[in-house]
Amino acid sequence: MVFREGVREAEPGRKENNGTQDMTQSVQQETGWHVRNFEALASANGVTPLRDIRQGAFERFREMGFPTLKHEDWKYTNVAPLSRRSFVRASGGATITLEDLDGLLPPVSGPRLIFVNGAFSGELSSADTVDGLTVSPLSSVLDGGGDGADRDAVEKHLSKYANLDEKAFVALNTAFLEDAAFVRVARNVSVEESVHIVFVTTDADLPADEGLAVHPRVLVVAESGSELTVIESHIGLGGGLRFSNPVSEVVVMENARVDHFKVQLETDETYHVGSIHVEQARDSRYTSNSFMFGGLLIRNDIDPVLDGEGCESNLNGLFVLGDSQHCDTHTIIDHAKPHCNSNELYKGILAGKSRGVFSGRIIVRKDAQKTNAFQSNKNLLLSGDASVDSKPQLEIYADDVKCSHGATVGQIDTKALFYLRTRGIDEVSARTMLVRAFAIEILDPVRNRELATFLEDLLIRSLEKTR
Amino acid sequence: MLEIKNIHAGIEETEILKGIDLEIRPGEIHAIMGTNGSGKSTLANVLCGREDYEVTQGEVLFDGKDLLDMAPEERACAGIFMAFQYPVEIPGVNGTYFLKTALNSIRKSKGLEELDAMEFLTMVKEKMKLLDLEESMLSRPVNVGFSGGEKKRNEIFQMAVLDPRLGVMDETDSGLDIDALKTVAVGVNKLRRKDNAFLIITHYQRLLNYIVPDVVHVMMDGRIVRSGGKELALELEAKGYNWVKESLGAGV
Repeated sequence: MVFREGVREAEPGRKENNGTQDMTQSVQQETGWHVRNFEALASANGVTPLRDIRQGAFERFREMGFPTLKHEDWKYTNVAPLSRRSFVRASGGATITLEDLDGLLPPVSGPRLIFVNGAFSGELSSADTVDGLTVSPLSSVLDGGGDGADRDAVEKHLSKYANLDEKAFVALNTAFLEDAAFVRVARNVSVEESVHIVFVTTDADLPADEGLAVHPRVLVVAESGSELTVIESHIGLGGGLRFSNPVSEVVVMENARVDHFKVQLETDETYHVGSIHVEQARDSRYTSNSFMFGGLLIRNDIDPVLDGEGCESNLNGLFVLGDSQHCDTHTIIDHAKPHCNSNELYKGILAGKSRGVFSGRIIVRKDAQKTNAFQSNKNLLLSGDASVDSKPQLEIYADDVKCSHGATVGQIDTKALFYLRTRGIDEVSARTMLVRAFAIEILDPVRNRELATFLEDLLIRSLEKTR
Repeated sequence: MLEIKNIHAGIEETEILKGIDLEIRPGEIHAIMGTNGSGKSTLANVLCGREDYEVTQGEVLFDGKDLLDMAPEERACAGIFMAFQYPVEIPGVNGTYFLKTALNSIRKSKGLEELDAMEFLTMVKEKMKLLDLEESMLSRPVNVGFSGGEKKRNEIFQMAVLDPRLGVMDETDSGLDIDALKTVAVGVNKLRRKDNAFLIITHYQRLLNYIVPDVVHVMMDGRIVRSGGKELALELEAKGYNWVKESLGAGV
């Protein structure tokens, strides 16, 4: 994988930068919560096929430690509280009902996997699928459920794209990999319904001063010519300190198409540090739609590799922040082959003292001629105390490409607001109308109208915190 | 219906209106004419509640209630509609959605049932015919990509749907070609009833050939310097604003 090498070369000095950091942190790590959590998992869970993967990942995490503000990629997002505070890895045991999730699940039909505090809930899930579609917890595939093709797919693809050598939180997630949501669509199968994967955290029995940690994992394999929509929801019930550390790997084979939604509705004391890793083959099309409505601190990495000619990758995102919420999106679009297109549109709505960060890196490899890459980041500030850092990074090594990027920060148009009010619309409704108008560019392309309406309702509800 | 009493208003420290008195009764059409900078548009903005303008003296009563104390949306619900000189483009807000929200908001304030989507569409189509508008206009975002004439017609269309008791038109005729002007005039004439009134602010006399006013006022330097019947507009067109100025000078 030459292009992966290239990623490292593009960031020389990164490891040197934090050499001293590793030393000071390693002392703390011997006693850190993640060590206790890992040892508990290892002793509770003898030999599993995942044991080696976990062990390697854990060692790698101990080498890297939690990133600090000195890391270029973490310059604007302080995750020190995660190493300073203490967390217990969730291991199921909590019972919830579907009523508890009322209004939080999109009203779309299709198979659904629900994980509660890290454990798969067969009771809440409905995994009936059509021919050629597997929707299953990873544990049952590894236990011999599913067919040989499923096991082959897991073996071939699990932990092959999420780069735990370079990303500390991927290593941490993988160190705690016990179960996962596994979705496979067979060749040329077009799935009409949406596959829904839900990760819920809820109140658990915890020692005082401990937070609850979950490390959700998703593997989606779309074989050539297949079509699939996956909705990934992260939902928080109850309260208290939480750490949600999801990793998704999505493999889109030749001429396949995956629409991937991520809907984040976690509690206001949740640290959400997640990443999505996408491997695209020739003529494939991948669309990521991220909707970030909850959480205290949100970090989202989305890294598609366009590793075949004729790929299309679309990354869209919308976040609504109030109070002191923080949302950081880091994307790396890797154009490794010629004739590929990528489109990126991220929009932020910020109120209170919230802060948004967008870092959009686009790499166009030397061979990736005729690349089209467009990036746009637009932000609407609803308060004078909210702020945004937007950082496009284009690294272009080919000479026949079209790339563009733009970032804007604006306020509510007071003339438009006045116009609406002179037509009898009260100020709050008029403001909502204008904020919705700002966000509609992200919602409009959502083809499933029920899902679009659901997302719009979430948007309108989340605007309450911006008042 | 509308009583303006000795209004003084301006922006920041600059006084623009220097004592305006005006009374409009139901069924009447009043026209205010004046040169640029005479304060016509300031008067319109004061009536619809634009915050940039500060009223330093005087009062405005609408149906006996203190208009200046009301928020812009309350004025709209009370029955005042402002057709803007420069209607704002609002990207992302669909025309139908906007107008239905506005209408239902006003209906709700009057204790009337809100119209459902079907009832609204039936009503809207009728009003569109009245103003010779294309239905595609409604499915587009409010005023986005509209020509100047389309924007003005859209204002009159909104007025037709919201059915105010007092329609204020701020230079609706400026920049309109004769066909668009006639369409606007036909619209206003069809809306005209015994229980509503219009205040037409204009720079030119041309519109008044098609909408015949009951009273014409001439504004100059923040004051109404002359009021009369419809013939005043014709005289003004023939002799120019300087004529008023000179006749005033002679009077002093």
